Amino acid sequence: MTYYTPTALSDALDILSKANGQIVAGGTDVYPSSKKGQTPDYFLDITRIKDLKALRQSEDGTYFGAAVTWSDIIAARLPAAFDALKAASREIGSVQIQNAGTLVGNICNASPAADGVPALLALDATVQIESATRPPRRVSLADFITGIRTKALAADEMVSGIHIPPHDKAMRSAFEKLGSRRYLVISICMTAANITVGADGRIVDARLAVGACSTVAQRLTALEQALIGARPETVQITAVHLDALAPIDDVRGTSDYRLDVVKEQIRRAITGAIRA
Amino acid sequence: MNKPFSDPSLTFTLNAQTVAAAPYPGQRLSQLLREDLGARDVKVGCDAGDCGACTVLVDGKPVCACLTPAHQAEGRCVETLRGLRGHDPIADQLAESFQNHGAAQCGICTPGMMVSAVALLREVASPSEAQVQDALGGVLCRCTGYRKIIDAVVGAPAIAFDNAGQVGASVRRLDGAEKVSGDELFGDDVAPQGCCEIFVIRSPFPRASFVFGDLVAFAETPGIEAVLTAVDVPGKNEFGVIPQFADQPVFAEQETRFLGEAVAAIVADPTFMTTFNPADFPVTWTELPCVTDIVTAQGEGVARLHDGRDRNVMCGGLVICGDPQKGVATADVTVEGHFSSGFVEHGYIEPEAGFAQIVDGRLEVHACTQAPVMDLDALEIILGMDRSRLRIVPTAVGGGFGSKLDVTVQPYLALGALKTGKPVRICYARTESMQSSTKRHPSDIRLKIGARKDGTITGFEFYGEFDTGAYASWGPTVATRVPVHASGPYRIANYRAESKGVHTHNPPAGAFRGFGVPQSAIAQESLFDDLAEKLGMDPLEFRLLNALDANVPTVCGQTFRQGVGIKSCLNAIRPAWESERQKAADFNAETTVVKRGVGLAAGWYGCGNTSLPNPSTIKAGVTSKGQIVLHQGAMDIGQGANTVITQIFATALGVPVTAVQIVGADTDVTPDAGKTSASRQTYVSGNAARLSGEKLRAEILGKMNVATDAVLSSGNGMIVATDAAGEHRLDVAAMVADGEGFVFRSEEFYNPPTKPLDANGQGAPYAQFGYAVHLVVVDVDTAMGTVKPVKFVAAHDVGKAINPMMVEGQVHGGIAQGLGMALMEEYIPGRTENLHDYLIPTIGDIPEIETIIIEEEDEHGPYGAKGLGEHVLIPTAPAILNAIKAATGVRLHKVPATPALVRAAIVKAAT
Repeated sequence: MTYYTPTALSDALDILSKANGQIVAGGTDVYPSSKKGQTPDYFLDITRIKDLKALRQSEDGTYFGAAVTWSDIIAARLPAAFDALKAASREIGSVQIQNAGTLVGNICNASPAADGVPALLALDATVQIESATRPPRRVSLADFITGIRTKALAADEMVSGIHIPPHDKAMRSAFEKLGSRRYLVISICMTAANITVGADGRIVDARLAVGACSTVAQRLTALEQALIGARPETVQITAVHLDALAPIDDVRGTSDYRLDVVKEQIRRAITGAIRA
Repeated sequence: MNKPFSDPSLTFTLNAQTVAAAPYPGQRLSQLLREDLGARDVKVGCDAGDCGACTVLVDGKPVCACLTPAHQAEGRCVETLRGLRGHDPIADQLAESFQNHGAAQCGICTPGMMVSAVALLREVASPSEAQVQDALGGVLCRCTGYRKIIDAVVGAPAIAFDNAGQVGASVRRLDGAEKVSGDELFGDDVAPQGCCEIFVIRSPFPRASFVFGDLVAFAETPGIEAVLTAVDVPGKNEFGVIPQFADQPVFAEQETRFLGEAVAAIVADPTFMTTFNPADFPVTWTELPCVTDIVTAQGEGVARLHDGRDRNVMCGGLVICGDPQKGVATADVTVEGHFSSGFVEHGYIEPEAGFAQIVDGRLEVHACTQAPVMDLDALEIILGMDRSRLRIVPTAVGGGFGSKLDVTVQPYLALGALKTGKPVRICYARTESMQSSTKRHPSDIRLKIGARKDGTITGFEFYGEFDTGAYASWGPTVATRVPVHASGPYRIANYRAESKGVHTHNPPAGAFRGFGVPQSAIAQESLFDDLAEKLGMDPLEFRLLNALDANVPTVCGQTFRQGVGIKSCLNAIRPAWESERQKAADFNAETTVVKRGVGLAAGWYGCGNTSLPNPSTIKAGVTSKGQIVLHQGAMDIGQGANTVITQIFATALGVPVTAVQIVGADTDVTPDAGKTSASRQTYVSGNAARLSGEKLRAEILGKMNVATDAVLSSGNGMIVATDAAGEHRLDVAAMVADGEGFVFRSEEFYNPPTKPLDANGQGAPYAQFGYAVHLVVVDVDTAMGTVKPVKFVAAHDVGKAINPMMVEGQVHGGIAQGLGMALMEEYIPGRTENLHDYLIPTIGDIPEIETIIIEEEDEHGPYGAKGLGEHVLIPTAPAILNAIKAATGVRLHKVPATPALVRAAIVKAAT
């Protein structure tokens, strides 16, 4: 077994062409999910690759490298549309987890309760995927996570970063998380809302994403469409709007409970985004 | 391909020193620091980032060392608590502040807390409470309730000092310095590096039969030193804390009875353990049908878990007085309810751990424990060895709360050391700890209470069944204690309370702070509120009307001449009860979704064993150098026995605590002070310490022929006594010392005066009771079902507060555990076996707590003192449930009151 710490992405991709590797950055999911006596053939540590630490903003949008941590997001100067992502970053585990864990690790772990995913979905995020042998490709985050702990990623591929397309400067954003305690808590459900209100006071753009209420966090497109052209104070959320959600019963809450409270949570997220 | 970027060796700065290391691929930084570099001040509580005990700074940023690949340290600057102390004045100042506030109790979370706090204080010199919570939210503490930690970090004025430490003074912990320096040695901190390790093979099913493969061949695997199974137990393969109920095997034979039960263990070198896959152990399992609920378990034709325990009933308890049936039938008003609660995990941050070795043909076991002499008793039977060949040396205990009363790792350590002849160590993984340790008993309680129109209770009928799991552990104690306490601290003339402990294929339920009384209090104190409401009475006045008093009999027919403090506690709460309810009414007038409620609940708890002998012995002496030595065998598991017992002893002897050298528990040198359980140490061992101090003083004064009020000092081979006649000197260096080096010696014994209970539970079960009332203010988000306690006021009658700061520490910690039980904690075997699915409160969940100390002196307690530890969490959960009712109108009958449960009740009430 080997522990690789390449400093160039190309070296990392070469290493990754060998089977049975484990990519590690912050380690905040790798270690808790490891099983005694079951080890990969090698660890590929990507944290020494300088470009993967990059957080860039340009006219083309915003880019986070795969080694960008939650703390990096919290510390960065980002437009108001990123407020939900920032709020989600602050809700990730604890300071210790935020200092080590990465956004890309969060999406690659593909947990239904990943706190970062709704905020990234509301930002229309795409993931940059690279390998040693094929050209880089971009996949929307919504298509990237395919199920519980599954994703559209081949064994020799890695996610090198996340791209956020440009957005209206007037876009505002809020994040709501429900858990049974403060700090270090897996969400019962969470909602990110990115909303743009036009000069006439009507909603011109709405992106709503809900996590932990389906196998993969979902954008609520029906509700988004209903919001366009509406005045924020007239918003009514109906069962049809929540059709995409199929929550399960688990130790944190029942399916019925999630469907009940998520409605209120969405309302609060919308209100929060508009007031932001 | 594997060239420069796979260099196995690394160099980094550890605590200002350059270090080199060669970790194996994927090794955790926590393990490298602790095992390869000797930094055992880095504590490991969960190996999953859930507890933060292992927090270190990497380039100044706090991270969990257990989640950090060791290789990431290359070229970086890593700081641990020990390094920060001595290199950073902020850390030294923080260490003082921690001690001034009692912010470290057991101390296992302290390194993680302090390291996280140093990172904050480097950025923000005077942080707000919210900033402290954000910075420390990733470190769990199970002892303190976090409030003292917040005070320490924000730099609140000190409440304890280094002083003479006489009874009543808030002296700093006498063992506090090690806890804030990282030098305290817990169960996993004492083994030498490279020592052989033990891994226990556990059942993957609640009930299973199993067949071993070729163990002899497996034991030949390079790296394995030995394989242990039931056939390797030289004595009796059985243990249990109550001899007549001993029923638990060290290793199951033929069949397991709960998920995670041990069937075998391997002893191997640490390198082998690194890659060992438990699936390679040669055992074949056959899952068998199991019963995991107490109703099914009592059904006809259901297989018995233990011979002789018909219908899986382990035992029961009963207290009857008056005519309860008639009392209820003739009442003007009655209420009834059916209440339930689940398993609660102790959640200490230190997993069970220890080390054993053979020294001069004798076996030494060093492990975290609440009861060293009981460990010795158990090993004597298991090993079939004379106790003279055994020595138990307790390590520091990183939290116990009842579960470390039972033997845990000790038998494996003993068997491993004996079979291999080598030193061996073990530390449970978090999941292993949660699967195998005892739990709070799930309860199923039916209660009916009747009262006259004037509020006088006329009848009380209680029936409670408790899931005691696969083995008895302390189940019989729960069965006995509950009927005695189910009345609460009230005069109830017509009373019946019956309890039953039932076996299932669940983990063994045992002792957990309160022995079943917190569960029964939920039913009783909830229904008291409902009854008061039906009567149109104020809940506080209703309780006062029925409260016990001096010379008023308890349900066991016991009366006390003094020291019955429940009315004082209720009256002390009254100002807050009035002002907080007014504030809540004002708040609710302005809000629609978030509703505020104020609730209160009372509790009582008898200190010491129930109607059973419960002795403690404390030995002390003066050496020929003039050193005063106290053999303090009462295990300090964070609650503060080292300090409190010494304060009592020093006060009795008439010297400052600083003059006393403490010798801790060690079965070779320290007399048995009994187990740390039943809130007995301050009372029982405290009395033994008082008697020992008084006797030592009498002997010294007698020898020196000085006045009884003489002031003593000792040291440099001399005792100096000063009385009205002047200064007198005794040259102790010239005196003949005994075999232990003492020129004066005292060894005193105390056993509480109790009387047996008759068939109706009438008698004198305890020599003293402590009393408590909690008030809590909660905000309920009625749309979400979330409950946020925003303030507690806690009144506790402790007889005499030996150390008021430590009284507050117990109150805060008990409230935090009660809050967890009320709102979030439920252990579900196979599902909530880690600290991210099983939630305990974090630093963001515990609000301001105001502690009111009531001192109704007890006639038996040392200087009037009573026990306290368990009393605290008894009223907390029912107070919260009563506050939820006040806020929402909804009565909950089940804990934990999770958001889903609360919201469902609100929705149901609205339809």
